[in-house]
Amino acid sequence: MSSPSSPTDLNIDHVAALARLALTPEEKAHFASQLGDVLAAIEKLKQVDVTGVEPTAHAFPLFNVWEADAARPGLPVQEALRNAPAQRDHMIVVPKVVE
Amino acid sequence: MSDALHYQSIAELSAALQARRISAVDLMQAVIARTRAVEDRVHAFNSYDFEDALAQARASDERRARGEARGPLDGIPIGLKDVIAVTGQPLTASSRMLQTFVSPYDATVTQRLREAGAICWGRLNMDEFAMGSSTENSAFGPTANPYALDCVPGGSSGGSAAAVAAGETIVSLGSDTGGSIRQPASFCNVVGLKPTYGLVSRYGLIAFASSLDQIGPFGRSVEDTAIVLGAIAGHDPRDSTSWRADVPDYRAALQSRRGPWRIGIPREYFGEGLDPEVAASVQAAVRFYESQGCTVKDVSLPHTEYGIGVYYIIATAECSSNLARFDGIRYGHRSKDAKDAVEIYAESRAEGFGPEVKRRIILGTYVLSSGYYDAYYLRAQKVRTLIRQDFLNAYRDVDVILTPTAPTPAFRRGAKADPLAMYLCDIYTIGVNLAGLPAVSVPCGFSADGRPIGMQLIGQPFGEAELLAMAHTYERAHAWGQRRPTL
Amino acid sequence: MNYEAVIGLEVHIQIKTKSKMFTRVATGYGQEPNTLTDPVVLALPGVLPVMNKAALDAIIRAGLMLGCEIAPVCKWDRKNYFYPDSPKNYQISQYDQPICLGGSVEIELPAPARNIQGEHKRIPLTRIHLEEDVGKLNHTASDSLVDYNRAGTPLMEVVSEPAMQSADEAFAYLTALRTAMVYAGISDCDMEKGQLRCDANISVRPVGETKLGTKVELKNLNSISFVRDGIAHEIKRQLAVIAAGGTIRQETRDYDGQTGTSQSLRSKEMAHDYRYFPDPDLMPVKVDAAWKARLQAECPELPFDKQRRFYERYQIPYTITSVLVPDRALSDFFEETVALAGVDKAQAVGNWIVNDLLRELGTVKIGLEASRVRPAHIAELVRLIEAGTLLMNAAKEAFVDMFATGEMPAAVVERKGLKAETNVAELEQWCRDAIAGNAKSAADFRAGKESALNAFKGPVMKAAKGKANPRLVDETLRRLLAGG
Repeated sequence: MSSPSSPTDLNIDHVAALARLALTPEEKAHFASQLGDVLAAIEKLKQVDVTGVEPTAHAFPLFNVWEADAARPGLPVQEALRNAPAQRDHMIVVPKVVE
Repeated sequence: MSDALHYQSIAELSAALQARRISAVDLMQAVIARTRAVEDRVHAFNSYDFEDALAQARASDERRARGEARGPLDGIPIGLKDVIAVTGQPLTASSRMLQTFVSPYDATVTQRLREAGAICWGRLNMDEFAMGSSTENSAFGPTANPYALDCVPGGSSGGSAAAVAAGETIVSLGSDTGGSIRQPASFCNVVGLKPTYGLVSRYGLIAFASSLDQIGPFGRSVEDTAIVLGAIAGHDPRDSTSWRADVPDYRAALQSRRGPWRIGIPREYFGEGLDPEVAASVQAAVRFYESQGCTVKDVSLPHTEYGIGVYYIIATAECSSNLARFDGIRYGHRSKDAKDAVEIYAESRAEGFGPEVKRRIILGTYVLSSGYYDAYYLRAQKVRTLIRQDFLNAYRDVDVILTPTAPTPAFRRGAKADPLAMYLCDIYTIGVNLAGLPAVSVPCGFSADGRPIGMQLIGQPFGEAELLAMAHTYERAHAWGQRRPTL
Repeated sequence: MNYEAVIGLEVHIQIKTKSKMFTRVATGYGQEPNTLTDPVVLALPGVLPVMNKAALDAIIRAGLMLGCEIAPVCKWDRKNYFYPDSPKNYQISQYDQPICLGGSVEIELPAPARNIQGEHKRIPLTRIHLEEDVGKLNHTASDSLVDYNRAGTPLMEVVSEPAMQSADEAFAYLTALRTAMVYAGISDCDMEKGQLRCDANISVRPVGETKLGTKVELKNLNSISFVRDGIAHEIKRQLAVIAAGGTIRQETRDYDGQTGTSQSLRSKEMAHDYRYFPDPDLMPVKVDAAWKARLQAECPELPFDKQRRFYERYQIPYTITSVLVPDRALSDFFEETVALAGVDKAQAVGNWIVNDLLRELGTVKIGLEASRVRPAHIAELVRLIEAGTLLMNAAKEAFVDMFATGEMPAAVVERKGLKAETNVAELEQWCRDAIAGNAKSAADFRAGKESALNAFKGPVMKAAKGKANPRLVDETLRRLLAGG
């Protein structure tokens, strides 16, 4: 596992592609420099000794939060698709997906 | 009774409703009239539905006529941040992405407010997807600070704070991920409470950072805030992070809990960057508590300086994943230019999200990307543990921690163009979210030029009753909260 | 150089629950599009997941049955990727802390003949984890249509070690896994309904080499025979590439069972980077000893264990056990019948079930649950035969009737006059007559020629018009010859 050596490790093209964000060249340049500053602040965390420290995922961890298996009514199909940008035959239309 | 209806407290209004001196429709109309009068200057709302609000008011009056009034909130207008779902109403998160989205379901808090008879009305402006500290990041234009129209109301729940301050609603709900309730409350001279993580259900709150987000109330008084909290708090089976705890009578606690409290003053919160007027107001509040017999103790929260870094890793990582669902497929903005499925995502999201949202998605995607997880996210979670331990250690000696809410009073729109400068607005508030603690911002003064100042009281887990009682003790002896903006 | 194949399977199995994995809207197959959704399934803004307890119970039972170690604590992770069938654009799954670790699946390899038991072998498992299913894309000529009915259905992924060497082994593995899961009621494993889906990782290496070769992932093995055919095809393809001096490329290939060919899937424009991280909306699961013990008690006997017990207890052959055991209901039916008829009748009971009952069920195309013939029928039938009341031919006839009507065998026998002759005095007279009519054979028998006895049986049966109990005839003849 490589560790970020400097904030400039941020490959904005790669990250934007992963995040599915089409950024303009101006946005890319702008974000890269702004995030460089933020990453520098973040780099400070490396000064902290975290040996033996457990990570906190939740401030108040609980276990086994579940419900019994019983079905409740769902949304009528009209409500389910109410906000759909494109629909046909009660399904959402998307451009042809090829794997 | 000197205040106009739209500036009265829940207790006053509830008594008037109960005595039939006014009807809920009268009250709603007063609030609508006030909104019509000031909204073009404040722009607290993204949208409102007067018809729907009046219909709810009529239903409230009918209940009361049948002798079925539901308590102090019945007939009281409450504004909801445009990030909390209300069936049949828009839910935009102040984003172009959701400009046309109409919610087919109610958030749990919405349901609970309805059960309490409150009139859920208006969609309050905010920073897009709750990312920001000024409400300037709204796709639908910024909200103004009612006390200084050229200044920001704070954020991200700027609309929620401004509407309460301007009398456009009696109370409101906001959400707080790193200070988004408390900081605007301090900027707008209102009370704003961020509950303990897990006290209020997040079901129906558009997620920004799931492990930090909490919904909380705004009011012009501690009592109003306490009444709303009582209505929305409590376990919800639809939120797996919801805590099973008894909800005390917060309103009653204002009278029954009188201290004296042991107050901790964290030295890390009074250093460089703190505005002198803010420092002076907060120091004066500390002296007040001392005069009431409280013990004041210097405490240390040594990992405070790492808070911003931890916060911007955890919050952006979670948001990068939480916001993946906004893709223009099932709902939301879909780009007209997209030719295939990959473009639909990239183009729709590029067109739908504003710059701050994109910045945070990029940062969050980066810190989670292959090879960086341990160095960023996992490390941040570990430092989060240390930050939380700092607070818990401090609570061995003190009951509550008192700090400024924000380093400065409200700043001018456009003054903080640099993201990092904006992020530093949250320096005193984010530790609370990372530790999951409750905290309330209470008005404690004004700058020389009339901008409000707030102090933050940070409580122990699920210690809201104590916290509100302590805020109430201060409020009873000070009139800051009664100073209305000139609009 | 000789090469061997190394195969690992990733099997996705839908867990049979009433509601979805993280929300309580109904699951189902074949409903109108987008009628099994709710705000959570559609990933509307603001919704949150809540675990389904029954799905957890089911996967822990699966793990216990397959000898997995059940993690004392496991958590949920988000697997982030964009795809139109994935409403949140992340899948809630388990990354580095799966609920079940290790374990194995016992398989039976094909034998040279169908009536011989094949060699048994254990295929080790890496892990089993729980996740949620995605929606379904329906492709048209110009666009794709998304139906989210399936989205959010509880799905467990059973990952084997790369420990199989042939398509037959993979087939046997899948068969054994499916049988076990159906046995426990965890899933119906109907591949046509997508309840069981299989991807295979296949590589080849020179015999003796311990390092794995470059693996190819084979997808869309959507019937159990396609699994066998697809793997066999892929092994052949890889060997041919190597024989021609080529090297195997790491890729994902799509197998088309109709044409028996595979093709490389266009590689994604970037390598996968799922950005796993713990789902902050869900709390971890802690499995304590009491919960495990409760589920352990609900686990059925594994099919191969049952088969061994059947051999031991009932002394019945492979030809019967191999039919009974894979079907839990049928083997239960068998044991209920034997409980009524007696363990010494197990073979006869087995024969009736495997030959006659299954034949009749097959003819009218109904399942065992709809059969009018119940264990009591077969037990009584076997008793009547044993008592000499019913001869085999008559019993076969009675069976067909009771299968059609549900009448008890005694009633059928009565109604149709199928009862074997049992008037002892009359029978004895016929026997005396037969002996008197054949002095030579009588002498031969008395002199020790056992087969001479048969000479009398024909005339007795003729006199009895075929309704005499052969055993009684045999006994009577011997008694008379010995005494006479």
